[in-house]
Parts: sequence; C-alpha cells; structure tokens
Amino acid sequence: MTQTSSIDPKVTSRPTRTSGRIARLLYRNEGLRGYLLMSPTLIILTVGVIIPFLILLVISFWTRAGVGFDTTPSLANYARVVNEPMFGILLGRSFWMSGIATVATIAICYPMAYFVAFHVHRNKMFWLILITLPFWISYLLRVFAWRVILGYEGVINSSLVWLGWIKAPLEFLLYSPTAVIITLTHAWAAFAILPLYVSLEKIDKSLLVAATDLGDGPVARFFRITLPLSMPGVIAASFLIFIPTTGDYITPALLGGPDGMMIGNLIQAQFGSINNWPMGATLSIILMLWIAAVALAFLYLTRLAQARIA
Amino acid sequence: MSAPTFLRRPNRVLSVYAILFLVALYFPILLIPLFSFNDSIYVRFPLEGFTTEWFGQLWDRQPVWDSLWASVKVGLPVSILSTTLGVLAARSITRDRVPGRSAVVTFIMLPLVIPTLIFGVALLALLSRLGVPLSLYTVAFGHLIVCLPFSVATLLPRFEGFDRSLEQASADLGENGWWTFWRVTFPLVMPGIVASLLLTFTISFDEFIMAFFLSGNETTLPIYLWTQLRFPQQFPSVLALASLLILFSLPLILIGMWISRLGLHENTTKGAKT
Repeated sequence: MTQTSSIDPKVTSRPTRTSGRIARLLYRNEGLRGYLLMSPTLIILTVGVIIPFLILLVISFWTRAGVGFDTTPSLANYARVVNEPMFGILLGRSFWMSGIATVATIAICYPMAYFVAFHVHRNKMFWLILITLPFWISYLLRVFAWRVILGYEGVINSSLVWLGWIKAPLEFLLYSPTAVIITLTHAWAAFAILPLYVSLEKIDKSLLVAATDLGDGPVARFFRITLPLSMPGVIAASFLIFIPTTGDYITPALLGGPDGMMIGNLIQAQFGSINNWPMGATLSIILMLWIAAVALAFLYLTRLAQARIA
Repeated sequence: MSAPTFLRRPNRVLSVYAILFLVALYFPILLIPLFSFNDSIYVRFPLEGFTTEWFGQLWDRQPVWDSLWASVKVGLPVSILSTTLGVLAARSITRDRVPGRSAVVTFIMLPLVIPTLIFGVALLALLSRLGVPLSLYTVAFGHLIVCLPFSVATLLPRFEGFDRSLEQASADLGENGWWTFWRVTFPLVMPGIVASLLLTFTISFDEFIMAFFLSGNETTLPIYLWTQLRFPQQFPSVLALASLLILFSLPLILIGMWISRLGLHENTTKGAKT
C-alpha cells in the first residue's frame, strides 16, 4: 500500500514533489492507473476463480485409481455421464425443478414488483428493503425453516392433525421434489423482485396514458405496454434465479429425499462420501457448460426484447 | 407532475396480494424464533409452553462458543479486506478510463451468478493440488470471493453518485491525489463503505457452502448448525441457535441497507438541485 501512496495514482492532480518516472507514467496513462488500483481484486479473482476452474477442467479428464488419481487424460468420465442414465436423469431433473421454481418465483413476484412500482407512491425504499430483507438471512436457515413447516411432525401436519382434518401426517410434504420447489421459490423470491421492479419502474408512464387515450382498457394496456416493456426485467430475474438454483444442493439435501435429489448433491457426494473427485469435476464442468449455454440464450433473449422495445 | 387518475387509483386486489406476499415471505422465518421458545422437543402445534431452556443449553456448550469465535475471526478480516478492495476497484472503474471496463465489471460480478457449490469444489481442488491444509484461512479466502461482488456492487453507485467536480475542485486547490481521496472522496463514499462492511460481514457470518468445503478442524457457526441437524434431540437448540443468528443478522443488514440507500438518495437530490 505504501507504494501506491507514494506514487499517488489518484484523481487528476499533477504528481507533486516526489514524482518519479512511474508516477508520471501513471499520471499520463489512465488505463494503467485504473488497472493498478483494480489489480488486487483482479488477482484474487484470478487465483480464486480462473485457476481453480482450469484445475477442475484438468481433473475432469483424470480418472480415479484406488485412493489416488490416474492422471492420464481420458474421456472416461464424460463417457460415463453420457452412457449411464442416472446422470442424465439427475441433470434433467435439476433443470426441470429449478425451471419450475424459476417460473413460479417470477409469477409470484411480478405482481408484487408491479405493486411497488405503480401503486406505492411514498416510502418505496421502505417496501423494497422489507421485501429484500429475508434474502440476507442465511440460506441454510431459510431452507431449515421449511423443514420446520413441511416436516412429518412439522407445522402443517401437526396443525392439520390437531384440527382433526387428517388422521395421520401427510408423508408427501417433506422429502419430495415439491418440497424443494416450494423452498427454492420462497428462498429466491427476494432476489427476483429487484430486476422486475427496476424494469417496471423505468416504464414511461406517458405510454400508458397514450394507450388509455387511444382506447385501451387496463388489460389490453398491461399486455400491450407494461408486460413487453418489462421483459428485460423478467429475463434478468429468471436468469438470476435459474442459474444458482440448478447448482443448489442444500435444499435437496434437507428437503428433497431420494426423489428430490439434484445434480448438486451428486457433485457434493463425489467430493465427499463417494470420493471420486475426477467424476465430481466432470459433473461440475458439465453443469458450467450448461449454465454458459443458458446464459447465452438469456443474453440473446434480452437482445431480442430490447430490440423490440427500441 | 399530474398523473392521470388511473395511475393514482389504489388497486385493492394488488394491495391485498402485497400483504399476503409479505406474510408468506416472513412467516416461515418467524417460525424459527417462535418454536425456539416452545417447551417441547417436537416442532409441532399446539405450542406447549414458554421456555428459555434451549437457549440455556446453547450457553453451556463450548463448541457453540468456539464456532462463534471462528465465524467472527473469519468475518471481520473478510469484510475489511473485501471492502478495501471494493473501494479500489470501484474507484478505478468509475474514475479512470479503463480499457475493457465492462468486461472487468462482468468478471468481478461473476461469482454472483455461478453456483457457490462449483466455486467451493473448484477452490477445494486448487487447495489440495497446492497442498494447502484446510483451515479458517481457506474459508476466509472462499468468503472473500463470495463477498467481493457485493462490495463492488454496493460501492459502485456511491462513486457514481456524487458530483465529480468536487474532486476536481480539490485538485485545483492544490491537493494531490492521495489527499483528495482522503479529504473529499472518502467522506463522500463513507456510507457505502460502512454498508459494505456490514453486508459482507453478515454474508461471511451466514455463509455455508464455501465453509462446508473449505473448513478444516475449526468450523464456523453455520457448519456447526448443519452438523447438529443430524441429531433429532438437538433440534430445539438448533432452533435457538438459528433464532440468534437471525436476530444478529437482521439489524446489521437493515442498518447496512438503510445507510447505503439513504445517503445515496440525498446525494442524487443534492446533485439535481445544483
């Protein structure tokens, strides 16, 4: 840090007093100055993100041999993923479950974001903080809360038994894909609100006025103006929920049961109890590739939506 | 601004929906503190009676204190380091014409959209290749990666939000870059810094996935909580611990969010007036 202070690469002031050659260079070259300031962050992210991913990629071509690894490159793991149906089923189920959770989250959050954007006129910030606050509570605890609700002797079952509506607890509540989807929807709701809200808030109100003047009713106005203009927000929100939920493993581990397991659980197990790191690495890479593909698709959709708006 | 009546008209259906939404959002979380005072080892209705026994049990348990201390030991340096790096990065992103600016921002924000699980296993692979033993240091490194995007995202609007002529005025009045930063920029972005410190500390304190893969013998509080989930008879004390975690995190987050947004609002209105 002392080095940075003596060569003062900040703001637009002329280097005074101890201005060496480096200081003058940094003063003149803004890009270099910027990268110098960013360099600690970029170095840490390179060490913590890029290099680990490269190693993961390398390991994915290894195979397990006894307790160690056989480091001769091979596509054996990838072949297993293709040939053994278990992997495909698990991958498909992960995408399916997080897809439903994403759609459900958007459907539930959209009216709420719409409400804050169009019908809250004072203290919008208060509403936004109120909605996003639960998102900051530990993810583990939010998932844990649903175990309390859906458990065999949980809140729902014990209440229903207590009220006399059912004789024995319902077994399908906990340890099912439904439980996972409900929990994911709840856990990510706060995250979806923000992009939706931002895109709705940006809509020029005079367009709505114009539509009304030209004879559109509330429903036509919504489908012809509001919804298309908020599409970038919908796409961004879907992206922000779909990606992390596909790789989730806490929720399926706590609530999924055997039928609700997702690819994340298998990856975690490969690095844990199964102890087949190369296979775990392969699955991680496949998941990453899938995420990249989805990201590109979303990017394309955003471009499309924006082109239509403009 | 005279908005037409249809934009101003309150919508009763949506208002009811908003209330229901908030109830559904908070209800599951509020059950945790509710049951942590329930005098029964089963989590079920009807409630049996009020007790503080579960909190008392926690108090007497040494591992709880150890993991609490571990979480603080990780959280404090992580929040300070990630905020410091966030300030540097946010400053250079907003002030210097950096080539490839948007690519850099995307790169920094990347950890936000990639599942933490993948980060966890990738870091684990790196550390084991390098032969670094797992410890609280490795957990802290993992948390730093998770926290950096949040720091930058909190600080960026700060740096964009104030009048840049203030910095130029300071430079014109003869301050060098270093003192301009300390006497003009730093006080103006201070709320963002405080917010970033609070938010990143809470993130690190509550983080589970990185800690799960990267912790050695010493475990953080969420990991301790996870291990206790295996024992049904421990369930009430897990609830008590979870309540304490929520009780501790919420005010920090609330203050952090409030500071970060409140100041920003003032700045933009000031900027609009002048």
